[in-house]
Amino acid sequence: MSEQEYVPKSKAGKWFNDRLPLLSLASHLTDYPTPKNLNYWWTFGGILTFCLLTQIITGIVLAMHYVAHADLAFASVEHIMRDVNYGWLIRYIHSNGASMFFLAVYIHIFRSLFYGSYKSPREIIWILGLMIYLLMMAAAFMGYVLPWGQMSFWGATVITNLFSAIPLIGDSITTWLWGAYSVDNPTLTRFFSLHYLIPFLILGLVVLHIWALHVPGNNNPVGIDIKKPSKDTVPFHPYITIKDAFALLLFMIIFAGFVFFAPNVLGHSDNYIQANPMVTPAHIVPEWYLLPFYAILRSVPDKLGGVILMFGAIFILFVLPWLDTSKVRSAVFRPIYRQFFWILVIDVLVLGYVGAMPAEGIYLVLARVGTIYYFLHFIVILPVVGYLEKTEPVPLSISDPVLSGSADYSMAKKDNEKI
Amino acid sequence: MDKSEKKTTRRDFLFTTSYTVGAVGLGAVIWPLIDQMNPDKAQKALATTEVDISQIEPGKSITVLWRGKPVFLKRRTQEEILEARSVSLEELPHPEKDEERVKNGKDEWLVMLGVCTHLGCVPLSNKGDYKGWFCPCHGSHYDLSGRIRKGPAPKNMEIPKYEFVDANTIKIG
Repeated sequence: MSEQEYVPKSKAGKWFNDRLPLLSLASHLTDYPTPKNLNYWWTFGGILTFCLLTQIITGIVLAMHYVAHADLAFASVEHIMRDVNYGWLIRYIHSNGASMFFLAVYIHIFRSLFYGSYKSPREIIWILGLMIYLLMMAAAFMGYVLPWGQMSFWGATVITNLFSAIPLIGDSITTWLWGAYSVDNPTLTRFFSLHYLIPFLILGLVVLHIWALHVPGNNNPVGIDIKKPSKDTVPFHPYITIKDAFALLLFMIIFAGFVFFAPNVLGHSDNYIQANPMVTPAHIVPEWYLLPFYAILRSVPDKLGGVILMFGAIFILFVLPWLDTSKVRSAVFRPIYRQFFWILVIDVLVLGYVGAMPAEGIYLVLARVGTIYYFLHFIVILPVVGYLEKTEPVPLSISDPVLSGSADYSMAKKDNEKI
Repeated sequence: MDKSEKKTTRRDFLFTTSYTVGAVGLGAVIWPLIDQMNPDKAQKALATTEVDISQIEPGKSITVLWRGKPVFLKRRTQEEILEARSVSLEELPHPEKDEERVKNGKDEWLVMLGVCTHLGCVPLSNKGDYKGWFCPCHGSHYDLSGRIRKGPAPKNMEIPKYEFVDANTIKIG
């Protein structure tokens, strides 16, 4: 790291930096040696930072007009949409921003799965990322409750009732979460409070996530350890900043496309009906980003079993670095794992699709097959493939196979020795 | 007993008592912060509701709100009662006799929380494979006694505490 060597040029800068080394930090961030072969799948970290800041800024503004009360919340959201200057724009950015946030985070997670970024020495980065993901789901769920529409109310009812599956204390926990005997005004006010809190917790975890990243440095598409700085690296600024900025621009075009041309396409029209505790909508579905887990929940014909599997589907990711036994990180050099990776992607997409469908007939069968395969992938396939797979030769450095002009990795190491 | 062991014991006592007092203090501070989320006095005050049932025809039902939850009051016909009672207990995932779910001598009145015991949705009446209720959320079927027959719900729909104040009035809670 460059903190030690960095000395500000101006006298005032030096005076300040000796007391609070912010300038050293800035210098570290600009010079931070980054693998020169990072592809566009690596731009989603920056995109996610943008998403978080967008949600925080639009959220703070919305909270100036929103009223967290069961009798007033629904009307206050309509007030934002109709009366508040640009209220419609800010709310549509916030509600679609949540979807964009999850779109980006799923790409970010699958990138890590493909290139083995979760493996040693980056386990803590991975676990911090999963904690961010869990908090994102909590924030998104509570945010969805705030407009107090039918989907808000019944989504909240179904999700909080998940806790009633816990033996003995389940009902007390549910009542405690509600602050009432059903989802009611006390539930709404506490969800608003926590919805405001969680993004700042996420921000704190993001700092730790980046800090932990800057210890070993970025993984890269080849997945090998590299010397830093060396001919394999480029400084973060301007090389990565400009690439991230370009990717962000493309991402914002898609984002704006939703906000301006299809702001409600990812939502449910039922949520424009005010919450009614007497009538459940005919078809309750969570937001799209939770559908795979919802499919897992419904695939089990037992209440507690379904809840355990649903949470298990997320918590199994925490031990992923220890389930994957392969010493080679990148799927580029893992011909068998590469195929299972894509099957997993398809499996999660199928689960997402059946999660949106009624839990009956062929959909139930698909959900069960998909659920079994999901767990099979992590518990059986990953450890076994890691042992049996004959990996392809891994290059000694990022530059070598490129600079030597040969595509056959003539300078490459044999198999996976010394990784 | 050697010297160093004796020393450690005195210090251990100080550590242990300090940690214990600290933990008790911390617990005493945390508990109010946790308990404030439980239902408050205003919520608890809404605990009873009186319902006029004189207008309900046999075979019909009404739904009232009690503690924020719907309560079904169904006046069952003789055929419906007979059908509910003709089921053998072995067929039930949560075995309960229909007689245990109604008040003695008031067999036609089924009063229960209209809340699916799976994840809390409101089941639809006169629907499902057992002519009772059907929950649209995750497909639980209930019979004419509100007992779970098929689907993910683990228990029969709950019977709240209620009483007949007079022939035409039921007090729930």
